[in-house]
Amino acid sequence: MTDAAELRRRTAELLAAHPPAATDRLDFLRARFDAGLAWVHYPEGLGGLGAARSLQAVVDAELEAAGAPDNDPRRIGIGLGMAAPTILQYGTEEQKRRYLRPLWTGEEVWCQLFSEPGAGSDLAALGTRAVREADDWVVNGQKVWTSSAHVARWAILIARTDPDLPKHAGITYFLCDMTDPGVEVRPLRQITGEAEFNEVFLTDVRIPDSRRLGEIGDGWRVAQTTLNNERVAIGGMRLPREGGMIGPISKTWRERPELRTHDLHQRLLKLWVESEVARLTGERLRQQLVAGQPGPEGAGMKLAFARLNQEISGLEVELRGEEGLLYDDWTMRRPELVDFTGRDAGYRYLRSKGNSIEGGTSEVLLNIVAERVLGLPAEPRTDKDVAWKDLAR
Amino acid sequence: MTDLLYSEEEEEALRAAVRDLLTDHCDAPGVIARTESDAPHDLAAWKALADGMGLAGLLVPEKKGGQGATHREVAVVLEELGRAVAPVPYLTSAVVATEALLACATDAGLLAELATGRKIGALAVALSVGPGGAYKVVRHEDGRLHGELTGIADAAAADVLLVPADDGGLYAVDADAVTVTPQASLDLTRPVATVTLDGAPGRLLGDAEPAVRRALRAGAGLLASEQLGLADWALSETVRYLKDRKQFNRPVGGFQALKHRLAQLWLEVVNLRAAARNAADALATGEDADVAVAVAQSYAASVAVHAAEEAVQLHGGIGMTWEHPAHLYLKRAKADSIAYGTAGAHRAALAELVDLQAP
Repeated sequence: MTDAAELRRRTAELLAAHPPAATDRLDFLRARFDAGLAWVHYPEGLGGLGAARSLQAVVDAELEAAGAPDNDPRRIGIGLGMAAPTILQYGTEEQKRRYLRPLWTGEEVWCQLFSEPGAGSDLAALGTRAVREADDWVVNGQKVWTSSAHVARWAILIARTDPDLPKHAGITYFLCDMTDPGVEVRPLRQITGEAEFNEVFLTDVRIPDSRRLGEIGDGWRVAQTTLNNERVAIGGMRLPREGGMIGPISKTWRERPELRTHDLHQRLLKLWVESEVARLTGERLRQQLVAGQPGPEGAGMKLAFARLNQEISGLEVELRGEEGLLYDDWTMRRPELVDFTGRDAGYRYLRSKGNSIEGGTSEVLLNIVAERVLGLPAEPRTDKDVAWKDLAR
Repeated sequence: MTDLLYSEEEEEALRAAVRDLLTDHCDAPGVIARTESDAPHDLAAWKALADGMGLAGLLVPEKKGGQGATHREVAVVLEELGRAVAPVPYLTSAVVATEALLACATDAGLLAELATGRKIGALAVALSVGPGGAYKVVRHEDGRLHGELTGIADAAAADVLLVPADDGGLYAVDADAVTVTPQASLDLTRPVATVTLDGAPGRLLGDAEPAVRRALRAGAGLLASEQLGLADWALSETVRYLKDRKQFNRPVGGFQALKHRLAQLWLEVVNLRAAARNAADALATGEDADVAVAVAQSYAASVAVHAAEEAVQLHGGIGMTWEHPAHLYLKRAKADSIAYGTAGAHRAALAELVDLQAP
């Protein structure tokens, strides 16, 4: 097993061979990938060295100190957090070699074609069809809520390959070329005024069978890897005190005494306490993970932060009084990144409404907590042994 | 960052030992029956905890006759005591009175007696007073103490009372020298009493102010662990019951409206666990303790009360009966929401501590 000293030695070697100041950004990132220092827990030859995941911090610290460029992880979050672990687990050798390197360097951006207008919480009911024609699959359907589709080169896609089977059984997982002429990306304007998401129309899109990930009909199981990694990513942030949404409102409170009222004070203190407690819960979860005793707290973190973000930003709009009647900018834009703190309270208030919907609605997460953590009986299922084509829709 | 875990083995061993003891001594029917007897405190359970296991001396250094442990171990004990709503004077004697004596550091004899459980102590400050709150003092005149103090928790079980007087001193007064009159109390398992001093002799321990502040801060911070244990019992017992209870030909726990309520409650309990452990750890290290205690007590009461109220409601008819223990938890939770300062009082303190000033 590669240890910290070995990683430091390899990092020093990389920096000596490719001094960041004198190396093109992309060349450096490719060299870093080839040296196995991209994600050290990945296998050798695929950007890693098979080292412990926790040792990545050693490499990152050395590279940051040396002024090396990073791969702008926020811009390629879907690729790094969701597509990559799924390709690693289910991809063929050829697929892994073809896709992981440009994914990690950011040369190729990825998006996710999962949700549909008729399949949100009930994702397994999806209706986008993939029909086999010789060596290709011909795909028709509509996807929605797709971040980054307008900049993406590739997509992870799940589609129905057998409508005669029950819904979970007839799904297959594909890697879809977003430059195919049958792919049409339309911005989907949100309540914030901008179009962070898209709807994606797929019309006779041809996907060669070599871009199928996993077995035919095994797409639901493959997708679980993607979705589990999504929840890990959402619950994984580490915060200092006042590090989240409570930070800006606390700052405003301190700087603007003329805005203060007794009612707002009580509500602010209550939310400050809840933010601090949620932060401590997150910290406890991380300490459990490091100590090798993962607890079920993770399931609750997303629920807690969604509610807090909404209540705090709502309070901040109110705190601002007459200014709360204003909005910074309704211009329709298609941002590549979500910027929570760079804009006014009104934007935060509206954008945070998505926090209890994206990555699993709060209602579905409460079901998950009730069933998997507390062991309460599952919801009665009327769709289990019914062919997908016979489901109500 | 504070340590929000305990060494797993140590914690589990201590927890299991306390839980076993309470299973033997403090079963629900026994606790319910005791509430209306002449002896509301379970002194046999107390003796087993204090004398048998040495738990009354956890906060006292070994050279002063204690176990030399920390607030973290005390927190584990209190979680279990809360889970059993055990009628023992642990928080009042082994935490609050003991911390007051540790602040005085003059009476090693009395401290050792409390640490070994030979004597039970009670700070003669109303249970409702928080770490920054005003408290009543008695009159000190010609070496004797005069006055009446109300709302003193566990006074009926105490051998010695630690009494603040108007000369700024904290005095040790033998229970035999005062009149202790039990008050009909909302919390049947931690009753309060009136203490009347009519020329009682007292032994000066030291300055009352720092001793009372230190004692109440520790009491408030560690009460959160008791509230955690209480809330955790209410949640697990309600979940257990709803898996078993059937109406409309299915387990009641399968209805989504109830599942969501229990999942929300679970989330609150998980949060309280982090807040309570953070407070215990901060008290142990002394770092950031004022904020950690204020945060924990700003949060804990609402969770414990919510958990107990949900237990009563979701048990349906049986939850409203005297024979079911849910009411003991509701009464303790509600009294705890006042004990050592309300959530509102702790939030007001926090506003100063983290510079979120009132208008």
